[in-house]
Amino acid sequence: MNIIEKFEKEQIAKLTEGKVIPEFSAGDTLRVNVKVIEGERERIQGYEGVCIARSNRALNSSFTVRKISYGEGVERVFPLYSPNVENIEVIRRGKVRRAKLYYLRPLRGKKARIAERKDWMKKPATAKTEVITPSEEA
Amino acid sequence: MRAGLIAKKIGMSRVFAEGGQHIPVTVLHVDNCQVVSHKTTDTDGYNALQLGVGTAKVKRTTQPMRGHFAKAKVEPKAKLAEFRISDDAFLDIGAEITVEHFVAGQMVDVTGISKGKGFAGAMKRHNFAGLRATHGVSISHRSHGSTGQCQDPGRVFKGKKMAGHMGSERKTILNLEVVGSDLDEGLLLVKGAIPGAKNGWIFINDAVKKPANTDAPYPGAVRAVKAAEVADDTAAEKSEE
Repeated sequence: MNIIEKFEKEQIAKLTEGKVIPEFSAGDTLRVNVKVIEGERERIQGYEGVCIARSNRALNSSFTVRKISYGEGVERVFPLYSPNVENIEVIRRGKVRRAKLYYLRPLRGKKARIAERKDWMKKPATAKTEVITPSEEA
Repeated sequence: MRAGLIAKKIGMSRVFAEGGQHIPVTVLHVDNCQVVSHKTTDTDGYNALQLGVGTAKVKRTTQPMRGHFAKAKVEPKAKLAEFRISDDAFLDIGAEITVEHFVAGQMVDVTGISKGKGFAGAMKRHNFAGLRATHGVSISHRSHGSTGQCQDPGRVFKGKKMAGHMGSERKTILNLEVVGSDLDEGLLLVKGAIPGAKNGWIFINDAVKKPANTDAPYPGAVRAVKAAEVADDTAAEKSEE
């Protein structure tokens, strides 16, 4: 393993300490709890939407969450290991056939629906959670 | 003025700050950086420490250099460099300077050999604007245009910015912040980009245009274990005698 990979692995281990990042993929509806600093006070703000893309780049991994806010499409890109991301909740598993759901961007209403994945519901939720993605452990 | 460090550029990465900000960092590897020889005002006319880093194969080290390393009782080094110091900043020959020589938050100047760009045009080399895309410009959209006046002076002034060789030169970036270090791995994290390709040799010095950091060890951070070993070696030699 080269030095950069080792360094980033250590960084990830440090950042995910006591944190559980659930397994999720594009199409899932997520609730991302983000730390927001207002003056001196720090509070948690929820951001709920559909995950339309994931980028797996070790420490630089990120995911994009899209939602329709007051009729306007909003996309936010969250670094997966950012200390500002308090936690990620998976609200609904979506059945999609693409890794990147950029086709949702011009769609509204009925056309922008994603069918729910039924197979996921059968398995216990605890088995689906993991701290680090398998590729990082290898 | 204290000595700097020789390091190898490993690549770039990211560190998250407390508030979640991203800090782009260059990871530098300091591999067994030892003092190889002293230059003093009496013998050489100036004060400097010659540092060596990395390991070179003994077979590929020339006989004179083997003698030089043997005199300092250090393994042959892959890279040697001198660092000018003031006369109170000498470190013992054979002492290993660790990455804790630089403390987090301090400013450093970083020197490296920039990536070679070959023969580059005026647009790439000097950020010239080039010529227009249309309006009668023919085949010379990326040229530099005029290089001077008319019959008076009748020549191109010296130093005129033109196309030519670019890159592959020694460049120093001033005032980069040290973000952190890892003593066990010998890693030093410096904020921002650093000239040169990966695996290139990098020289790190205290920033010349900032006041000296009071937290930084003076005359340098030396690995204590190594110093003890050296003492043992000399003691063993004496007992042999």
